[in-house]
Amino acid sequence: MLFFFGQIGSYTLRQLSEMGRIFLFLLSAFGLAFRPPAKIRLIIYHLKTIGVDSLSVVLLSGFFTGMVMGFQGYYSLRKFNAESWLGSAAALGLLRELGPVLSAFMVTGRTGSAMAAELGTMRATEQIDALYSMAINPVKYLVSPRIIASLIAMPLLTAIFDVVGIFGAYLIGVGLLGVSSGSYFAGMENSVVFQDVYSGFVKSLSFGLIITWVCCYKGFNAPPMATGVSRATTESVVLSFVLVLVWDYFLTSIML
Amino acid sequence: MIRVVDLHKSFGKQQVLKGVNLEFVTGKITTIVGTSGCGKTVLMKHLNALLLPDSGQVLIDGVDITKLKQRELYQMRSRFGVLFQGAALLDSLTIFDNVAFPLREKTDLDEATIKKKVEERIEQVGLEGMGYKFPAELSGGMRKRAGLARALVTDPEIVLFDEPTTGLDPILAASIHQLIARTQHTFGFTGIVISHTIPQVFDISDYVAMLADGVIQAAKPTNEFVKSQNPAVQQFIRGETEGPIQVL
Repeated sequence: MLFFFGQIGSYTLRQLSEMGRIFLFLLSAFGLAFRPPAKIRLIIYHLKTIGVDSLSVVLLSGFFTGMVMGFQGYYSLRKFNAESWLGSAAALGLLRELGPVLSAFMVTGRTGSAMAAELGTMRATEQIDALYSMAINPVKYLVSPRIIASLIAMPLLTAIFDVVGIFGAYLIGVGLLGVSSGSYFAGMENSVVFQDVYSGFVKSLSFGLIITWVCCYKGFNAPPMATGVSRATTESVVLSFVLVLVWDYFLTSIML
Repeated sequence: MIRVVDLHKSFGKQQVLKGVNLEFVTGKITTIVGTSGCGKTVLMKHLNALLLPDSGQVLIDGVDITKLKQRELYQMRSRFGVLFQGAALLDSLTIFDNVAFPLREKTDLDEATIKKKVEERIEQVGLEGMGYKFPAELSGGMRKRAGLARALVTDPEIVLFDEPTTGLDPILAASIHQLIARTQHTFGFTGIVISHTIPQVFDISDYVAMLADGVIQAAKPTNEFVKSQNPAVQQFIRGETEGPIQVL
């Protein structure tokens, strides 16, 4: 019995210390991000890898999500003779919820996993040790620029996802199902307020931070072997997804 | 002068270093030999505090580096150059940019001076014309030479070489050894070589120390080391399976 409680206690302590390490990692990466010299070139490079390179997948998923919303929204609203509110439903759904969450998922799959794998490989091939031995802080060099880049790129990608999604819903609703173009945009204009855009912006910003933080932490601390890197990559993607959804719940309950 | 005093290090239940005591003479090459997995690299990583010991001291000019604050630690590390086992070049940078990297990150030198210095080092390691290539495009030997160029570009006082010839053919291994000896002669750094390429590595070593069972079995000038009557040293030099070092 004593052994059983000992095991639980030891597991709890391990998890708590891991959580402490994760938070310290974020604090250190954040602190170093604003300490000169600024790594402008690296930030621009990661803006490309996180932002530009994720653009095609965000465009595609945004467009199809919007089209699905067009069909589903039309089907639901028709039951209440409210098809003219399709624009409003699509815009609110995308701006407040689907845009930030789905683009965060796309970025996690496209870039977050690559971050974890790249940093894990750097750990396994002693490149991170090499940075330490050259008196260069690897967190400042490898993690901080990625965090800043994701804070810039994520809201922009979400905005693109929203716009393309609204256009996709418009194509289906107006082009295919016969909703009036005027009522589509008028409904949107009447119901969408700044708070809706703002809550989507805050969500996308915090999701960007979560993804980069988790994926960099997992990659940076991956065991230095092939299985370690693959496990770190998987864990980073799964944990990012879960944390994005959990954090989304809390933000939604606060900002509704 | 670098001095290691009663260094202990364990990973989980595995005790790797069990009280290592060793001195490295300034301006000379000391080679640490020992069987694979005996803890040579672990010992080397304590010398520039990439690993911290469970107990014991690493003294550089009398300062215990295991007690340094982070800022002081980074200052101390800038005195070192390290050639890692797999060279540890940054994949995303060309050879030129890899060699230039510590200069760009840690010095205020202008780009023209950096270019001159980097080209000089690249030429010294026999990689002229290869600067534009990425590490993945080079052979193992070339990567090690590029790693050596990067380790030397900041003119460090102390250079650590972690198995610089492992996995290379005998001719390439000999050329790397010559390169280490030549650059040490030119720059006068304190060289610490981790190797089990014997007897070839003895040619470039001023001192040799042998690590086995977590402790230093013998540490002597090279000519005395090869004549050492220590059974572990003799077993290692002769490559015998029977003796005080149990490998299986």
